[in-house]
Amino acid sequence: MSTTAVTETTAVSLAGVSKVYGRGGSAVRALDQVTLTTAPGEFTCLIGASGCGKSTLLSLVAGLDRPTSGEITVNGRVALMFQEPGLFPWLTAAGNVELALRARKVPRAERKARTLELLDAVQLGGFGGKRPHELSGGMRQRVALARALAQEADVLLMDEPFGALDAMTRDLLHDELDRVRERVGRRLTVLFVTHNVREAVRLGDRVVLLSSRPGRVIEEYPVPVERPRRIDSAPVAELASVITDRLREEVSRHGR
Amino acid sequence: MAADTTLAGLDALDLGDERQGADGRERAARIARTVWPKVAAIGLVWIIWELIHLSGWKKLVLPGPGVTLSNLWAQAQTGLLWHAIGDTLERAVIGYALALVIGTVVGLLVARIPPLRAAVGSLITGLQTMPSAAWIPFAIILFGLNTSAIMFIIVMAAAPAIANGLIAGVDYTPPLLLKAGKVMGLRGLSLNRYLILPAALPTFVAGMKQGWAFTWHALLTAELLVLVAGEPSIGVLFQADQDQTDMPSTIAIMIVILIFGVIVDVLFGRANNAIRKRWGLT
Repeated sequence: MSTTAVTETTAVSLAGVSKVYGRGGSAVRALDQVTLTTAPGEFTCLIGASGCGKSTLLSLVAGLDRPTSGEITVNGRVALMFQEPGLFPWLTAAGNVELALRARKVPRAERKARTLELLDAVQLGGFGGKRPHELSGGMRQRVALARALAQEADVLLMDEPFGALDAMTRDLLHDELDRVRERVGRRLTVLFVTHNVREAVRLGDRVVLLSSRPGRVIEEYPVPVERPRRIDSAPVAELASVITDRLREEVSRHGR
Repeated sequence: MAADTTLAGLDALDLGDERQGADGRERAARIARTVWPKVAAIGLVWIIWELIHLSGWKKLVLPGPGVTLSNLWAQAQTGLLWHAIGDTLERAVIGYALALVIGTVVGLLVARIPPLRAAVGSLITGLQTMPSAAWIPFAIILFGLNTSAIMFIIVMAAAPAIANGLIAGVDYTPPLLLKAGKVMGLRGLSLNRYLILPAALPTFVAGMKQGWAFTWHALLTAELLVLVAGEPSIGVLFQADQDQTDMPSTIAIMIVILIFGVIVDVLFGRANNAIRKRWGLT
């Protein structure tokens, strides 16, 4: 077991992880020697321009794909959220959450109450009977969050979950995500991928900057800003501009 | 909390006004809207038929609508027509149910197991294009002149259409939903039961509808050629009419078949609309 090398102070650990798609001349190196460790309960934001392999990295951590080389260790269960809510259109909001509980073999008697609790946690208590198409984009994403929480995950992987939402909804969902993380009552580790630098600084305990083609960790920024935070506050904006400059420098390297 | 009420407010704005259910008058208007074109179509057919009759074309053998419908009315008073309809429908329903079970199991296996698909995928489509009449000699030699032969012919005709509908439905399942299901921990049987089958349902229903059409085709073909002694099916009535050159009765029975076709189409249409509404595709 690879878990032996990892102590309880690690939630997710990537050691020299590389991922190559294809073979020979047409092979594409998506990730190159990525080494990254996150502590339980830590909120880590991964940021980078197109082609930095952010989504590849999450797929690997979720176990949907295998790395070409290197080692990935995850302590606990993993849940994954996408940019699209990915809700099942034939089920109601409550049905979607309940299916995640059913997949975990939660007894029928507990499922109803637990579903309601989870929908309440994302402030959708009154909307359990609605079908996904009847909800707004932000509400769907909250159902997806409730569904992810229903998986009793220790590690929540989020792949640009608010990327398709309008700015106002996104800001409110940032607050909501902070609140939900307090409310779940366990140490929920988050790996959050985005290309919105301010969003990364607003949410993360740490921001990890990845290079593009291939994806490689080039810089890590701890975020010393006190919570609760606001996306338009000065300390957030300040750090964001530092990271943005570094990111632009990295991107312009490809234009030469 | 301020943020809480903002979020709730945004939700309320996003959802807009709830639409009220249709009241009685609206419903009556909707029914009228769908019924009158059908009534008009029937009237039009009647008029054209009457005109052909009046023109004197094939006058000796082609009856007018009046004679035909009074023949149908007269037959409806006798027990024989109902008995025949009952027998034929019973075969149709049992044969279709068999085809549904076999088609679903085969379709799911073929869709989910790549080597199996490579082996028999095209064979299913090939079977679908085989005319049901081509199975009749085989079925009669295998089973004899009895109901089993008819059931066999129905299954061979309808099951491939149903299986193909399911295979297409599985193929069009969005990969994102599959990914979501896998991360959730759905595996094996529960993955099929809770994700693959519901996701495939709209296309599957289209296949089921086609399967019913094939059932009906195969059944009437079989009934005309596999005459089971002592069972007055629609095929037997047809055969008797043909022997006695009874054209009014022949057309009357064709009308009965048409009516069943329309009823089943309406039922599948309803199912289809219910699914589309559920998925938010209306």
